Amino acid sequence: MIEISNLVKNYGSKFAVDDISFKVGKGEIVGFLGPNGAGKSTTMNILTGYLSSTSGTAKVGGIDILENPYEAKKLIGFLPEQPPVYPDMTVNEYLNFVYEIKRCKLHREKHLAEIRQVTKIEDVKTRLIKNLSKGYRQRVGIAQALVGNPPIIIFDEPTVGLDPKQIIEIRNLIRNLGQTHTVILSTHILTEVQAVCDRIIIINEGKIIADERTENITKVVEENRRYSVKICGPQRDVLSAIREIPGVVYAEITGERELDSYTFHVEAEKGLDIRKPLFHAMSQRNWPIIGLEPIGMNLEEVFVKIMDADLARKKA
Amino acid sequence: MFAIYKKEMRTYFTTPLGYVFIAVFLAVSGFLFAVSTMQLQTSDISGYFQMMIFGYIVILPLLTMRSFAEERRTKTEQILMTSPVSITGMVMAKFLAAFTMFFATVLVSCLYYIPLTGYTEYPNYGKAAGCFIAMLLIGMCFIAVGIFVSTLTESPVTASIGTMGILIGFAGAALFNGLIDSYVIRYILSWISVYSRYVNFTYGMFDIAATVYYISITAIFLFLAIRIYERRRYA
Repeated sequence: MIEISNLVKNYGSKFAVDDISFKVGKGEIVGFLGPNGAGKSTTMNILTGYLSSTSGTAKVGGIDILENPYEAKKLIGFLPEQPPVYPDMTVNEYLNFVYEIKRCKLHREKHLAEIRQVTKIEDVKTRLIKNLSKGYRQRVGIAQALVGNPPIIIFDEPTVGLDPKQIIEIRNLIRNLGQTHTVILSTHILTEVQAVCDRIIIINEGKIIADERTENITKVVEENRRYSVKICGPQRDVLSAIREIPGVVYAEITGERELDSYTFHVEAEKGLDIRKPLFHAMSQRNWPIIGLEPIGMNLEEVFVKIMDADLARKKA
Repeated sequence: MFAIYKKEMRTYFTTPLGYVFIAVFLAVSGFLFAVSTMQLQTSDISGYFQMMIFGYIVILPLLTMRSFAEERRTKTEQILMTSPVSITGMVMAKFLAAFTMFFATVLVSCLYYIPLTGYTEYPNYGKAAGCFIAMLLIGMCFIAVGIFVSTLTESPVTASIGTMGILIGFAGAALFNGLIDSYVIRYILSWISVYSRYVNFTYGMFDIAATVYYISITAIFLFLAIRIYERRRYA
């Protein structure tokens, strides 16, 4: 549905987007991840025809956005970083305006009522947009993108300014949309991508540094295996005993304490399972292990790791 | 395009702008009208229109200052630019909306002419009509300039002041021709001047050259506005 190849956008010598290529298939939900100023919004703006690219092509549904913007734009619903709402209109007036400007052919009343319902703005439909809270405005922005039921939906930071309950609702909405639409969303909230997206594209300084299925993203970074262990025994002696186990590269006392047991963080060499040697070492000294759990890497850490690795690659 | 036109018209009346424009326009024109015709006991309205050109300089930027500047400031232009609407359509819609407001208000101000018919037995309707059409053309020019300046900035205030600046240049170019010795400079200044070109209408002539000039100026500034928007995409 979406095909971006060798896209470049520069402002003088500053490259906002530097040679990125990717494809998005029908029904995929892709998360665009990156720090501020990474080029997420620029890429989305090019894809929706708001900006032009310096070189490279962006195609939606097989149509080049620069060559045939009129047809291409019909396929896209776009929520920019700031919801493009007119403060002096009521929600209903605004949605009707969007309906007209997009030359929507669906049954007007039914279609708009449906959108108001899924975005939960039915109760504010007669209010002026300038009097709405940030969360409601954001939802009106989302509603706007859904008008005309376009097959491709692009959201630039859709959950900014929403409260936690609304965030969950919007995420569910996006997931539902993903069953019938192609969705691209950008965010810097990593749990959001994890919760919603099938695929993650991480970009930094205008370049793609990772493009993976969500469940695989943690595998992108090879990492030592870490455990959190609860052991009953004298704190310092236990620590030095753990450190003596071959394969352990790092161990520390976390300071957590439960009756006579202490929690330690243990990190093992890559590809080595230290759980058995740890058990034997402790049982020899008669210090029972009462808890052992792996510490998985969350996306935040993966993200930082990928960024660091990228930085290191550049220096080398 | 029609959707944008409708939206613009609605915005004039859901914000104070439209009402302020109509009130100020009618107040200024009413005052000038009274001074230039009734006080002089004449039915010749060409003098009134001559003064109104300078009234337009102050009033018409009010109509156009917001059109693009406000959209850019609130980032609502993004929905226009990412919808299936051409840039030309967008600029024309906003121009036509501003012109509609202007035209409607001018029509209302036509009520002033009714009492004048009492001053003479044979009012010169032809001349009045010519002047009236010329004023519409001049207003159209000024609106096009305003639309153009509005695409250049994010601030409506800057847009209106900038528009006034350009309009003063256009209307006032030949005002001080009497003080200039060089024929060439005088010729160029009166060529540019919207005001000098209007003079023929006050003699009761329908000046085709001036009409072409007014329409050209309008077309040039609208074209520039479109180009500015296209260029911004590529910037």
